[in-house]
Amino acid sequence: MRDRTFAPSRISIYLIVLLIAAAWLTPLVVVVLNSLRTNEEIAQASMIGWPKHWAWSNYATAWSGFCVAETCAGIRPYMLNSAFITIPATIFSTMLGAIAGYAVSLWRFRGDTWIYGIVTLGLFLPQQMRLLPWTIVLRDIGLINTLTGLVLIHTIQGLSFTTLFCRNYYAAVPHELIRAARIDGAGFFRIFWRIILPLSAPILIVTVIWQFTHIWNEFLYGVTFTSGQQQPVTAALIALSAAVADIPQHGVQSAAVIIAALPTLLIYLLGGRYFVRGLTAGAVK
Amino acid sequence: MIDTVSIATRPVRPAIAGALRRLPEYLMIWVPLLLSALHLVSFSLWTIWISFTPSTLVPVSGWVGLRNYTAVAASRNWQIAFDNLLLFGSAFVLLSVVTGLVLAILLDQRIRGENLLRSIFLYPLAVSFVVTGTVWSWLLSPGIGIQKLVHDLGWTSFKFDWLIDRDMAIWTIVIAAIWQSSGFAMALFLAGLRSVDADIIKAAQIDGAGPIRIYRRVILPTLWPITITVIVVQLQFAISAFDLVRALTNGGPGIATQLPALVVYDLMFQRSLLGRGAAAAVLMLLILLAVLLPYAAWRYVQRRRAIHA
Repeated sequence: MRDRTFAPSRISIYLIVLLIAAAWLTPLVVVVLNSLRTNEEIAQASMIGWPKHWAWSNYATAWSGFCVAETCAGIRPYMLNSAFITIPATIFSTMLGAIAGYAVSLWRFRGDTWIYGIVTLGLFLPQQMRLLPWTIVLRDIGLINTLTGLVLIHTIQGLSFTTLFCRNYYAAVPHELIRAARIDGAGFFRIFWRIILPLSAPILIVTVIWQFTHIWNEFLYGVTFTSGQQQPVTAALIALSAAVADIPQHGVQSAAVIIAALPTLLIYLLGGRYFVRGLTAGAVK
Repeated sequence: MIDTVSIATRPVRPAIAGALRRLPEYLMIWVPLLLSALHLVSFSLWTIWISFTPSTLVPVSGWVGLRNYTAVAASRNWQIAFDNLLLFGSAFVLLSVVTGLVLAILLDQRIRGENLLRSIFLYPLAVSFVVTGTVWSWLLSPGIGIQKLVHDLGWTSFKFDWLIDRDMAIWTIVIAAIWQSSGFAMALFLAGLRSVDADIIKAAQIDGAGPIRIYRRVILPTLWPITITVIVVQLQFAISAFDLVRALTNGGPGIATQLPALVVYDLMFQRSLLGRGAAAAVLMLLILLAVLLPYAAWRYVQRRRAIHA
């Protein structure tokens, strides 16, 4: 098994791994190549092929040209919507989750186990169970079809994950550290600010990456609570494929898909280690 | 008299002052946690309540007993969705566990470029299901995808049209889902493989066991707790799968690839049958609980055993 000398089996291991890796990369390569082929070229051949002319203009069209639902501003407004939803919701849910996780793990207060237990149930409760109540609540407080409404939803729902991540991390902080600081007269916020926050960089990176990826990629709430110009980019992509169903523009659509996937892909490339840590932490719970 | 009053009030004042001073921290702790907990509990109860009312376009009060549930369960839409869930859930979970395990074992052979390969198998997890579904719908569409490519290469009798084949369309979702999330299984399995005690492996090698035997007898048996976790997480995804199907087949052709989450959405927001939509959502929750409750019980027993050991 951990044997470097037996050559034929090593070669076959490499062959199999490389073959699977190639299969895993195929969809990405196909879309990248298509985003650089003209719509006509794809229509004549197939989705899988090498560009004859490098159609860089697809990206310009995808970014600010094509039409979805009678507005021809490209994918740009929806990318901005997604950014205006994702960035505040990520910051709020991470901040509040860090403080809640710190309170639950290091301060202990009456009812903490109970409330923490209920909050973590949010990891399992299907979104479908909250769709109707959110619709009614958002309508009553006048936030239906607004970006603010989605920020609110993602902040509150994200708390389940962020509180869990941070609590598990802070549980390893020695209680003596907190006790000593309290004896010195430091309060809740002072200890958080001076002692806990400087220790928190790894878990905050994991939490921010996790939240950003999830909120950016979220679709169901986006498509349910917003419409038209207020939609996040995932919902706009679906609207785009529906809008061009009769005369597909696969080159432009591919460019739009790449643009929409780029923020989370970049974060994955830059912070892969933390991405995987969040993935496994979220799974093992 | 005056003395007793001042004695009585003395401990109260500092308590109030202390509470006031600590008000910001109470607010910071309690407001977010209470909002989160209250919305989870009240929204669940609210949806359950709606599922027992005759609500259609808007929620109304009233009581129809289980009528919404029987209507949903009797509908062809739900029956197909449930059958699809059984097929999709078992095929996807089984295949992604196998793929993830094979990938983890291969990557565990001290091969070069392990980090790069690991990132390749994990990158789909960073991409939204909408993107995955859209791209796979292009690749699998017979008119422009793989079938067209093979035809253009000269093999004109080649057929790969699962996407528009009622009986096979559900397998396109299985393919895309495996591509998207096998990396997750791989990451967990790899962590498990790396934590196997090296001494046990060495002892088995000294006993003359070959690599395959060591895997089968020594290493793989230690992985089964991880396997159960992977299965449960993947089942959780399968049960609530929505985005991927919406982008890949949108439940079609016809209603051949309908899944519970699509039925819920359809009832709530396209047919405006809120009562039935809520009932379908509760049914989804029950399916999920059928997976999660045994898992929670198993985790509890495991923990108890670990403490006593």
